[in-house]
Amino acid sequence: MILSGKKVIALGERDGVQSEAIAECVRSAGAEVVHQATKCFV
Amino acid sequence: MHFQTQQLPVIRATRYLLVHAPDLVRYGSKPSREIERNAAQLDLINSHLRSYEEALAYAPNQVYVGGLYPDDLKSVAVPWFGHALENPARHGEFGEIMPEDEFYGVLRIGDSFDMVWLEENFTAEIRTRLAAHPLLTAEDLKKLGDGKSLGQLNEQIKKGAAIPLYLNKHRLVGCFLHGHDEDPALSATRLLENLACKVIAALSLRNLNVASGIPAQAVDFILGCGEEAIGDRYNPGGGNLAKAAGEMAGCVAASGVDIKDFCCAPVQALTMAGGLVASGLHSNIAVVAGCSLAKLGMKYEGHVRKDMPILEDVLAGFASMVGVNDGQSPVIRLDAIGRHNIGAGSSQQSIMEKLVTEPLTKIGWKLCDVDKYATELHNPEVTEPSGSGNVPKTNYRMIAAMAAIRGEISRPDLDVFADTHGMPGFSPTQGHIASAIPFLAHAQKKMASGEMSSAMFLAKGSLFLGRVTQMSDGVSFVLEKNRA
Amino acid sequence: MVVILGTPNADSSEIYAVTCSSGDPTWAGPLAGVALGLPVYHILESEVKQQIDPVLYEQQIGLSEMALDAASIIGAMLRARATPPAAK
Repeated sequence: MILSGKKVIALGERDGVQSEAIAECVRSAGAEVVHQATKCFV
Repeated sequence: MHFQTQQLPVIRATRYLLVHAPDLVRYGSKPSREIERNAAQLDLINSHLRSYEEALAYAPNQVYVGGLYPDDLKSVAVPWFGHALENPARHGEFGEIMPEDEFYGVLRIGDSFDMVWLEENFTAEIRTRLAAHPLLTAEDLKKLGDGKSLGQLNEQIKKGAAIPLYLNKHRLVGCFLHGHDEDPALSATRLLENLACKVIAALSLRNLNVASGIPAQAVDFILGCGEEAIGDRYNPGGGNLAKAAGEMAGCVAASGVDIKDFCCAPVQALTMAGGLVASGLHSNIAVVAGCSLAKLGMKYEGHVRKDMPILEDVLAGFASMVGVNDGQSPVIRLDAIGRHNIGAGSSQQSIMEKLVTEPLTKIGWKLCDVDKYATELHNPEVTEPSGSGNVPKTNYRMIAAMAAIRGEISRPDLDVFADTHGMPGFSPTQGHIASAIPFLAHAQKKMASGEMSSAMFLAKGSLFLGRVTQMSDGVSFVLEKNRA
Repeated sequence: MVVILGTPNADSSEIYAVTCSSGDPTWAGPLAGVALGLPVYHILESEVKQQIDPVLYEQQIGLSEMALDAASIIGAMLRARATPPAAK
């Protein structure tokens, strides 16, 4: 799986990794974040 | 900012209330949506509800009202729901577990708009029991009225003007009328949520007035930090539950306001109360929160799938009194408040730095110097069956990992740190309520007996759920034994 | 298109992964029976990690990586991806 050039959906969780943090990381790998959402399990 | 110890505000007392409300599970957000899709879900839900006795003997519920200490759960066999405690008490040291029938009566007592109609025979049944309740007065009992006939209830329900209130699954004992024909913010289901939130906050506050030695008339301000937002369709969240709860508790000298910050709200409210007391603006501030009726049965599908009882069958509230330093009660260290500021970013590392490391560094403490951390205290037995994991454990491991990064502990000791400085989750998944504050009264008791010196209370709020920002929020404070 | 998860444990990771690929395994939500067929990875998986600037990764994910049970999360992701769609 190559991130560079891919469109990414980032699905985070409040107490795991939030979607903002995922988005920053995958952008650094050359991906485009097309949707991001953080869930809260409680 | 530097404070003299005598300027630091204290928490005089904290009290809790649990209400066993199995027949309101159907009105929880998730159950009601599923029942609307498929009416057979109601039978499935009803067949997995617990009796009052089972809820009373459920160890995590007893921890919530002070019958057990959180760490005591380590010696209760799992599943906790399968190991009922012997001779559980309704009234724990910090609060009570109220049965549903009496709660309907309290709803009626707290209803200022004649929206709660209770059936006449049922009203007579509960009147005697409510008369014996230590927090209810003769004036309250008058508000019960004589009740309505079954025919009158059925008429309102049949014409769609009210939703039914049941007891023991099938007995119709009342109904809740819509507050407006068209306004969704004043529908019976919304108003039931709001009124439940009010009366649970109010009863918690009445209990607190007794426990804290600060009578209702001496409370000068109330901060509401519960889940519900009161209003009408033109301003759905604009109202004020704090003042409404204060009215029912007889706090005639107080005004109040609601604080909104998702699950951070209670910890935010406590720090704000501390600031208002330290500034001299107010002397006795009650911080109160009612329940989240919407979260009843939130994870029922996971419970039913595992053939467990539906554990999200309780409504929870709390009230805490913040006041000037009395030389005894534990102090809120206003010089060590953690805040997840806007520019901090959303990585767990920056959240933990802002909530834990930075405030402790300000007062020269290490992470290991805090005896106990109170974070998300959700009962894992509720969350794990639906795949949501053990929320407190995850949070404690984050704090432990922070201690490891700072070289205070070695990486293999993460679990030891989490076990020593954390605790098993025991709170019902009542939203804001589960965020740290269920440990307040326990911490105060341990500090009074000399078994504990400090505790940190930290909470995170899921701001992103409201779809106006991707951010979350967070706040923390250190509670310390009074050294005056 | 690829989905990257930040879920905190094995159970939630598996449920999310299967939901995004072959449909909600709990049959609780709108994706029950809907196979989107999206490839799904977790931010803690080395396949993902190795493509991200290490300094940034440490800053953003480091603490979660240490605190979360990465091995069981990765195991759940492998299981979710290995299960043939028909059996999911």
